[in-house]
Amino acid sequence: MPNSRSNRARSGRLRLRALQVLVLVLLVVIWHVLTSPTLLPPIYFAEANQAAFFFGEPVKVFARLWQWFVSGEIYEHLWVTLVETLLAFLIGTVSGVVIGLWLALSPTASAVLDPYIKAVNAMPRVILAPIFFVWFGLGIASKVALGVTLVFFIVFFNVYQGVREVSPVVLANARMLGASPRQLLRHVYVPSAMSWVFASLHNSVGLAFVGAVVGEYLGSAKGVGYLIHQAEGFFDMNTVVAGIVLLTAFALLLDWAVGLAERRLMVWQPRSIETERT
Amino acid sequence: MTPVLALERISCTFLSRDDASERYTAVDDTTLLIGEGEFVSVVGPTGCGKTTLLNVAAGLLKPSTGTVTVLGRSLGGINTRAGYMFQTEALMPWRNTLENVVAGLEFRGVAREEALERGDAWLKRVGLSGFGKRYPHQLSGGMRKRVALAQMLILNPQILLMDEPFSALDVQTRQLMENELLELWSADRKSVVFITHDLEEAISLSDRVVVLSAGPASHPIGDFAIDLPRPRDVAEIRLTPHFIEIHAKIWRAMKEEVLKGYAQQQKQ
Repeated sequence: MPNSRSNRARSGRLRLRALQVLVLVLLVVIWHVLTSPTLLPPIYFAEANQAAFFFGEPVKVFARLWQWFVSGEIYEHLWVTLVETLLAFLIGTVSGVVIGLWLALSPTASAVLDPYIKAVNAMPRVILAPIFFVWFGLGIASKVALGVTLVFFIVFFNVYQGVREVSPVVLANARMLGASPRQLLRHVYVPSAMSWVFASLHNSVGLAFVGAVVGEYLGSAKGVGYLIHQAEGFFDMNTVVAGIVLLTAFALLLDWAVGLAERRLMVWQPRSIETERT
Repeated sequence: MTPVLALERISCTFLSRDDASERYTAVDDTTLLIGEGEFVSVVGPTGCGKTTLLNVAAGLLKPSTGTVTVLGRSLGGINTRAGYMFQTEALMPWRNTLENVVAGLEFRGVAREEALERGDAWLKRVGLSGFGKRYPHQLSGGMRKRVALAQMLILNPQILLMDEPFSALDVQTRQLMENELLELWSADRKSVVFITHDLEEAISLSDRVVVLSAGPASHPIGDFAIDLPRPRDVAEIRLTPHFIEIHAKIWRAMKEEVLKGYAQQQKQ
């Protein structure tokens, strides 16, 4: 009976979600019990509220988040960080795809540039942040630039690899069917590299946030990274943790959006099929 | 009669990428002439350079020496008069069945609507109507071969180059596909070069069977006309006495080479 089958599948998914939420609840409860000055006598620390000082308290963290959104003071900072992240993500992805395709398809250029690409990739690029401040100022542009350097290489290397791994038989077949070099690019190389691009996008979502937040952290007047930095100056651990929770939530949201785009564009990909269990 | 496809004195020597002194001659001084409407099979032990020869005919590979002539013209670049059916998966996995079939028309700039209409007609001809929206990974091996067949034939090529197209299929599906191929072929008699290592398949399909020697430096060592009546049923014709007679004759010529080829593989 198809109905009971889909019911069973749904109840399986619900069970999984419930377990996932349970893990979160459990972690928060443990956190709360261990940091609350009144619940337990201090196990490790000399004073009762020292644990709270080091790790923050969940209730206060959520109160801080609540207060941010209710008072509206977070929106300005959140907006700045999201704009930086999205711009870095978009510019890094597009340039990574374009340059990755170009280098993968022109062996001479890639052979000449190979050591430099390896060098730039090996460099700890966060170190570029101060240079970007000098070039682009303390506004949004310097954070975007930092994010782009992080995102670009991930996407670039994946596209490069993706083009290299195009099936030679599919390629030969397209040529026999009369595809011009331009048509080969559009109908064979690009779609073949797309699965690699999406794999890289999941990684680069996080790195785009890293670029934005580290940039704000090092020098800015706005953004969630700036808030975290300020709170650290006052040893306000609750605000720091609240900022981290907020950033994580938005990184997850962006990753989910990438996954959604992936599922819509990559319908042709075989997925593992599970047998039905009754 | 001038041949439709003429490979004359073809040699192919491959250089090792790391060491230029290391070279491997796959095909040596091979001449193969295919007449109009002729179905020619090329058989030989594995690793004898059959695919190399076919790639030369397709224009995918330039021979070291020798000439390729297509309909009286010397071939430079891709052989646009030929359709190629590959041994392994060659469909574009990101296109559904119908889009794969019409790919060649699309590359040639045929209007979308007309292309789709012709694509649908071809899907029907290979027995896949209703499967247009499926992606290659959702089809069975035999169905994918049908799609590849339609993808090739929709362009109406004068020459069909087929590289062990059915070798990955099970025996029953394979015989079915062979019969379908013969039926499609008999409708407008194109010239066919059919590569296989299966002598029975070669005899049951062809007008002529060319036997290649074992590699390296393989070359034709026999050329046998197959005078079995058409239309044929590939499963039934194998049981006729004349078929068995021809098979025995060609096998005598092949046997030594097959053993040589086997010994060569053992060495590696």
